[in-house]
Amino acid sequence: MTAIDPAKAPDAERTGTTAKGRRGRRLLGSSPAYMTAVLLVLVLVFAFAAPDSFPTPVTLRNVLTDMAVLLVMAVGATFVLVAAGFDISIGSVLVFSGVCAAKVMETQGGDGAGTVVLGVVTALLAGAAWGAVNGLVISKLKVPALITTLGSMGAALGAALLISNGTDVRTVPKAMISVATDRPLGVSWLVWVAAIVALIGGFVLSQTRFGRHTQLIGSNEESARRAGVDVDRHTFWLYTANGTLAGLAGLLSLTRFATTTISGHTSDGLEVITGVVLGGTSLFGGVGTVIGTVIGMAIPTVLNNGFIQLNVQPFWQEVAIGIVLVVAVYLDQLKRRRRNQP
Amino acid sequence: MSVVLEARGVVKSFGHVDVLREVDFAARAGEVTALIGDNGAGKSTLIKILSGALQRDGGEVLIDGKPVQMGSPTRARELGIETVYQDLALAPELGPAENAFAGRELLRPGLAGRLGMLDKKTMRARAEEAFTSMGTDVKDLDAPVGALSGGQRQSVAICRAVMWARRVVIMDEPTAALGVRQTGKVIELVRRVASTGVAVVLITHNMPEVLEAADRVQVLRLGRMVADLEARTATVEQLVGAMTGALDVRTDTPGDHR
Repeated sequence: MTAIDPAKAPDAERTGTTAKGRRGRRLLGSSPAYMTAVLLVLVLVFAFAAPDSFPTPVTLRNVLTDMAVLLVMAVGATFVLVAAGFDISIGSVLVFSGVCAAKVMETQGGDGAGTVVLGVVTALLAGAAWGAVNGLVISKLKVPALITTLGSMGAALGAALLISNGTDVRTVPKAMISVATDRPLGVSWLVWVAAIVALIGGFVLSQTRFGRHTQLIGSNEESARRAGVDVDRHTFWLYTANGTLAGLAGLLSLTRFATTTISGHTSDGLEVITGVVLGGTSLFGGVGTVIGTVIGMAIPTVLNNGFIQLNVQPFWQEVAIGIVLVVAVYLDQLKRRRRNQP
Repeated sequence: MSVVLEARGVVKSFGHVDVLREVDFAARAGEVTALIGDNGAGKSTLIKILSGALQRDGGEVLIDGKPVQMGSPTRARELGIETVYQDLALAPELGPAENAFAGRELLRPGLAGRLGMLDKKTMRARAEEAFTSMGTDVKDLDAPVGALSGGQRQSVAICRAVMWARRVVIMDEPTAALGVRQTGKVIELVRRVASTGVAVVLITHNMPEVLEAADRVQVLRLGRMVADLEARTATVEQLVGAMTGALDVRTDTPGDHR
């Protein structure tokens, strides 16, 4: 069905297609479908260019492990962006949570399960606290999300540096590090945690009332308000959940690198948002899927791994992603514009 | 027909400006009551009070003859009053069915429901049923509302209101942004809504449309109800006269128009 005369469109719709056919076409025309194709092309190109090293289980495992930490945050960011919000602070919240957890575990000492549990709780609480502060400032004080989270990005990193005295904490219990090196069913625990987060996030966003309200708020906040949705409360919980996931990511980062990597996460927020937007989530809110986010996060990681194997400077990955991002958003806008003038 | 929604001597002022000066208004079940008036006559203010968005300073609002307090739009909805706003308040990225159930999502029975899981199938079926029974031309229940035409969007907003209104549907300029053909369809829809037995309050600027769609016409001027006419016998000249004060059907001295 191409180039329909607008005056005849209803008739063409009535006679031309079934509801099922329309749904199928819409699925294929969606951004996640495009991006899956892009991902497949990338994999094929690298597989042909490096047939001995790229199409191997080791590469798959590396890609999955590399993605895991960022994916956990990307699931939260998907919710925030679908609600037409924004959170750039997650990288700093990750560092802050990691430092808090590491410090608490250091004070507690030992290698036991109790210490690890304490660290886990600390990281999650620290993340949740930053998220709650973001949520309160955005929903109650009505400070724009970009400014709020830009502020907490600086503040959280500063606080992390204060707590750690500016040096990385390296006293991570061995029990915790072994979590990262253990590989149940072939992949690290990090990957399993990220997968579970993505599954739960995908379910909540697409199947539950919480997810529907998230879309409603992002699509038309006033409409959500009039429909009786408590927008402020919902917004608060979105940012709190997002912060908690950043805390969880801090924990995963800690187990992976066995140190707090304070200076290593300054660009996490942007990388996560890039991946989420690549996966078809709209910066303008209302649209987005977690499966799209998984694909969007996989593209930069695959590029990175592929370039390294081909001995291409991995910096090219950043150049390529920058271009792909702009093109993806341009296409999204084009689609919207066409849709909004039927 | 019985009066469902009634305002008696409603007063509202913003600062020193008296917007409503003891306004009376009545909407009957199964009828379309048009509310007309020039800009600044107080239509929007009255409608906002009747839909719970604004609080009156004095007077009474009655539903089925009993005085009620409507502290919020949510409360008004609980009382069975739905409002179709001029900007429609639809979520453009969501589909018609999703919009119809916005804020009133149905959950699955049992454990899944307790986890917050939506019953998409039932919602879709019920929305489809409502759209069909109202004879709207919303064919594609999966298309985002943003992709529909202006008339179809209006239909979605009206059908959503009808699905939930037990007593009254208030429509604020439902045809303002539409072409001739689509306006005709929406007017048909308005008549069908009234025929389901709810009271329809129609705010509009378009005089011929008033006479075509309404059963009764109530005219506001400078914060007072100056005329209550039967649309069947009224003429455009009468309406314009009442609106501008050139031709008062009833006297508009305070207290006299009760």
